[in-house]
Amino acid sequence: MSVLEIIIALPLLAALAIWLGAPARAASLGATFLNLILVLVATVQYSGKAANGLAFTYSRPILDNPSLSFAVGADGISLILALLTTLVMLSAVWQIEDRPNIFYISSLLIGGGALGAFLTTDVFFIYAFHELALIPTFLMIALHGRADAAQRKAVAWKATIYLGAGSLVLLVGLVWAVLEFSGGSKLTFDLEALRNQATLTPLPAAKQAQIFFVLLLGFGSLVSLFPFHSWAAPAYATAPTPVAMLHSGVLKKFGLYGLIRIAMPLLPQAVHVEWVQNALLLMLLGNILVMGLVTIHANRLDDTLANSSVMHMGYIFLGIAAGTEIALKGAVILMFAHGVSIALLFGLCGRMRNQLGTLEYNKLGGLAAHAPAFTVLFAFGAFASIGLPGLTNFAGEVMIFAGSFTSFKAGVLSNLHWTVFLALWGVVMSAVYMLRAYRSIFHGSATTGLFMIDPAVSQRVPFILLAATLLVTGCCPWLLLNLMKSAL
Amino acid sequence: MHASIILLLPFFSALLILLGHRQLKGAAVLISVGSSIISFVACLFFLAADDDNKLLLPFIEVGQLQAGIDVLIDKQSRGMMFIVSFIGMLVHIFSLGYMKDDDAKPRFFGALSLFMFSMTGIVLAGNLIMMFIFWELVGLSSYLLIGHWYQKASAAEACKKAFLTNRIGDFGFMIGILLLFGANGGNVNLDDLATAFSSGPLRPDAPGYSAGFTTAAALCIFLGAVGKSAQFPLHVWLPDAMEGPTPVSALIHAATMVAAGVYMLVRVSFLITASPLAAEIIAGIGCVTALLAALMATQQNDIKRVLAYSTLSQLGYMVMAVGAVAMAAQHGHVPHAAEPGHPAMFHLYTHAFFKAMLFLGSGAVIYACHHEQDIWKMGGLRKHMPVTFWTFAIGTVALMGLPPLSGFWSKEAVLGAAYDSGSNILFHAGTLTAVLTSFYMTRLLIVAFLGKPRTDSAHHATEAPMVMILPLAILALFSIFSAFDILSTPLQAMKPPHVEGHQTVLFASLIALIVGAGGAIYLYRGKDKDPVSIKLFANKFYFDEIYAVIVRVCQDRLAWIVTGLERVFVDGLVARLPAAIVARLGAATRMLQGGHLQGYTFLLGGGVIAVVYLVVFVLPRLGH
Repeated sequence: MSVLEIIIALPLLAALAIWLGAPARAASLGATFLNLILVLVATVQYSGKAANGLAFTYSRPILDNPSLSFAVGADGISLILALLTTLVMLSAVWQIEDRPNIFYISSLLIGGGALGAFLTTDVFFIYAFHELALIPTFLMIALHGRADAAQRKAVAWKATIYLGAGSLVLLVGLVWAVLEFSGGSKLTFDLEALRNQATLTPLPAAKQAQIFFVLLLGFGSLVSLFPFHSWAAPAYATAPTPVAMLHSGVLKKFGLYGLIRIAMPLLPQAVHVEWVQNALLLMLLGNILVMGLVTIHANRLDDTLANSSVMHMGYIFLGIAAGTEIALKGAVILMFAHGVSIALLFGLCGRMRNQLGTLEYNKLGGLAAHAPAFTVLFAFGAFASIGLPGLTNFAGEVMIFAGSFTSFKAGVLSNLHWTVFLALWGVVMSAVYMLRAYRSIFHGSATTGLFMIDPAVSQRVPFILLAATLLVTGCCPWLLLNLMKSAL
Repeated sequence: MHASIILLLPFFSALLILLGHRQLKGAAVLISVGSSIISFVACLFFLAADDDNKLLLPFIEVGQLQAGIDVLIDKQSRGMMFIVSFIGMLVHIFSLGYMKDDDAKPRFFGALSLFMFSMTGIVLAGNLIMMFIFWELVGLSSYLLIGHWYQKASAAEACKKAFLTNRIGDFGFMIGILLLFGANGGNVNLDDLATAFSSGPLRPDAPGYSAGFTTAAALCIFLGAVGKSAQFPLHVWLPDAMEGPTPVSALIHAATMVAAGVYMLVRVSFLITASPLAAEIIAGIGCVTALLAALMATQQNDIKRVLAYSTLSQLGYMVMAVGAVAMAAQHGHVPHAAEPGHPAMFHLYTHAFFKAMLFLGSGAVIYACHHEQDIWKMGGLRKHMPVTFWTFAIGTVALMGLPPLSGFWSKEAVLGAAYDSGSNILFHAGTLTAVLTSFYMTRLLIVAFLGKPRTDSAHHATEAPMVMILPLAILALFSIFSAFDILSTPLQAMKPPHVEGHQTVLFASLIALIVGAGGAIYLYRGKDKDPVSIKLFANKFYFDEIYAVIVRVCQDRLAWIVTGLERVFVDGLVARLPAAIVARLGAATRMLQGGHLQGYTFLLGGGVIAVVYLVVFVLPRLGH
C-alpha cells in the first residue's frame, strides 16, 4: 500500500459517500483538506531524500500478458501537479455555496481523476483516469452551465467532441508507442519499463518524430493547442465555477503532463526534429498571438479569462518546444503557476457573477472601493497571470525563455529564438487585456451603480490559500525546483 | 548585512501594511516611515562597506541559469543607494503632512514601502535577471501609487498607461538579457559580463565576434531604459503619471525610479562602449528627448506638468551623456568610460535633490492653494509662503545651472561629455536645451510666486506645516552643496574629474543661463495670462493623439479582425466542416441518437473503453 493510493482514493471515496448520503460539504472539505496534508507531507519527504527518480511506488498486477498493473509512483513533476490538484480542489469545494450535492461530487471526481492520472505510472491507468475526470466536466457544463439550456448543451457538446476526438488520436499515439517500445513479445503499459526500453533501443529520429506528432495532436487538443482550441473558451465561460477552476487549473495540465512524462522521455529526439519543432512553434504562436488578440477583443471578464487561459498554454508549449532542462522545468513551474492563478481568477469571477449578475466591462466599475479585500485577491491572480516577478508565473516564464537561449550563438537566431521574441510580445499583450479588465472592474466608478461587498472571512480562505501559494512559490521558486533535481 | 536590512526591511513593511492595513490603521504609517528611517541609517553604514558581490537569497538555480538575489556593492551602488534612501526618507516624512487627511493613507504608505524595496533591489542588483525582477516591481509600485486615487478616471488611465508603456520597454530589456544570457554561456552577472566584453568571449577580437549582435543587445537593453526613464518615443507616460500624489511624483517620477534607466545604462556601459552605432543612437535619443521635452515644458500651465516635462528633458540629458561618454571612449578621449565618475551619474545625483525639492515645493503650493495646480491661478505666493518660495527658488536656479550651485557643475559635465563626443549636434542641442530649461523655469517661478495673487485660493494660501517644510529645507541645502567635494567625495562614483580647458563649454552654459532667464523675465514679468501661445508645444507635439490612433488601428482593430477570422476559419475548418460531414453520415445512424447528453457522454466513455480493449487486447494477438 502506498500513500499515493490513499491520495487518489480519498476524493473518490468521499464522492461515493456523498452520493450515499453523507453531508456533502463536511465530507468534501474533510477529504480534500486531508488530501492536501498528505500531499504536502509526501512532498516534503520527497524533497528531503535527494529528490531522485520515482518514489512511493507500489504495484498491483492485474494481467500478465499484456502486462498491466495498477502501479503508482511519483517524481517531482507528479508531486508538483498533485500539489496543484489538491490545492485547487480544496479551494474549489470550499468556495461552493448553496449548491446541490452534484457540485461537490463532480469536483471530487474531477480532482480524484486528475490525481489518478498524475500519480499512476501505468499508461493504461494514466489515460483511463483522465477520461474519468472528463465525464463529470461535460455533464456539469450541460446540466448546470451558466447559459440557457440549449446553449450550454451546445457548449458541452463541442467540448465533448473536441476532447473525445483528441482522446482518440491520443489513444492511437499511445498504442503506437506501446507497441514500439514493448520489448520482446510481451506487451507492457508500465511507463518505467517503456522508458528503459526507449533508452536501451531508441527509435530512429524520423520515426520518433512521427509518433511524437500524433501524441502532440492528441495531448495538444486536450490542452487547447491552436488550432484545436475553440472548445476551451466557451466551455470555461459556461462551466460552473468549481468545474472551471478544476478543469482550466488542473485537468487541462494533463495533456502537458503527458507530453513531458510520456512523450518526451520515450521520444527524446522528436522535438528537435526540424519539422516537428517548426510545426509546434507555429501552433503555439497561434495560441500566443492569435489568442492574445482575441483576448484583447473580449469585453466580458469570463471571456477574457477563458481566452487568456488558452493563450497562456502557448508559453508552456514553448518550454516543451525548446526541450532543454531549464525550459522543461520552467514549463512544469508554469503549469503549476497557471493552474493556481487561473483557478483563483475563475473562483473570484464566479463570485462576481453571482453577486453582480453581469461581467460586462462597460457595466462595471469602482469595485475596489466597495470590496477592497476582493480587489487585492483579484490583483494577485491578475498580476500573476501577466508574469509579475514575485509571483510564480514569472519564474516559469523566465526559465522557459532562458532555457530556449542556452544554445544561442552570438549572431545566429533560430526559429526558436524568433518565437521567443514574439512570445515576449505576448507578455505585453497579456498586460494590455488584464490591466484593461482590472481598470474597468475595480477602478473608476460604477456607471450602472452595480456594486458588491467583500466576502466573509471564511469565504475568503480558499482564495487566500491560492494567492498565498502564488506569493510563496513566486518568491521562492526553488521550493518547487528542489523537487525536480533529477526528474526529467 | 546592511545591504540585507536596506533591502528586506521595506519588503516586510510593505507586506505587513498592504495585507493588513485595515487592522493596522495608524500603525501602518509608523511602520513605513520607521522602516525608511532605519534603512537610511543602515545606508550610512553601507556607504562604508567594501566592494563585494555576494548571493543574498536563492531564486532559481537550474543548470546554466543561476539567478539569485545577488548584491553588487561598488561605488555606483553605494552612491545610488544614498540618493534613494535619503530622498526616500525625506519623502516619507513629507507625506506625513501631505497625506494627513487621505482616507487611504495606509495603502499609500504600504505602496511607498513596496517602492523602496523594489528600487533598492535595482540599485543592488548584481545580475541582469535580478535587475529585471525589481525593474518590473518598481513598475508595479509606480502603478499602485499613480493609481492611488483610482476613483478618478484620469488617475486610473494614467497608471495603466504607465505600466503598459513600461512593459513595451521591458519587452526589449528581456530580449537583451536573453541575448547576453545565451551568448555568455548563461552568465548575466554584471561583473562577469564586463569581463566577457573586455577580455572574454565577447571581446571585439574574439573568434566568431559579431558586431551586429553587440549592437542588437545594447539597443534591446536600452529599450528597457527608454521605457523606465521615459525617453522618446516612450515618454508619454511620465507627464500623465503626475496624477499620483505629489510626494510620489517627487520620489518616483523625478528623483529615483525614472533615473533607474540611466543607472542601468551606466551599469552596462561596457556594452554600450562596445558598439559605436548603439552609442550614437542612445546619445541621439537622449538628445531628442531633452530638446522636445524642453519645448513642451515652455507651454505648460500645470505646475506639476512643467516639472514633469523638465524631468523628461533632464533624463534625456543624462541618457545623452551616457551615449556621449561611450562615443568619446570609442574615440579614445577617456581611458575608461565609467572611471572615476560618470557625468550621467553626476547629473542624476544633483538632479535628484533639486528636482525632488521642486516637486515637494509644488506639493506644498498645491496643498496651500487647495489642490489648485494651474500656475495662472496662483501668483504672489512669495509673501504667503516664504520658506516654500525660497527653497523653490533655490531649486529653480540649481536646475538652471547657476554657479556655484550643484546643477551648474553637473550640467557642465554633461555638456562637456557632449563636446568630447565629437558630435557638434549633441553639443548644440544640449546648449539649446539649457537655454530652454532656464526659460521655462524662470517663467514658472515668475508666474506662480511673483506678482499679485490672481485668485482667492492663492490669496489665502498659508505656509505648509513643519513636517513638509523640513524636508524642503534639507533638500535645498543639498541642491546648493551636493556638488561640493565635502558631500560628493564620500559618494565618489558621482563626480567626474574636473575637466580642464573646456572654455567653450563654460561659456555656452553661462550664456544659455542668461539668455533663457532674460527672455523669460522680458516676456512674463507682470503678466496675467500667457503672452506666448504655441499650440504644437502646448499639445506636446500631438504624441498622445498619434499613439491613440496607432493603438486603435494596430491593436484594437487588428484584435477585432483576428477574432473574426478565428471564429470563421479555425472554428469553421476544424469544427464545423467535420461536424457537417458527420451530420450527413449521422443521418444514416439516427436511430442511435437518444438526444440526451448524459447518454452520449456515457456512450463516449463506453466507446473509449471498447476501443482501448480492442486495440490493446485484440490487436496485439493478431499481430504476433
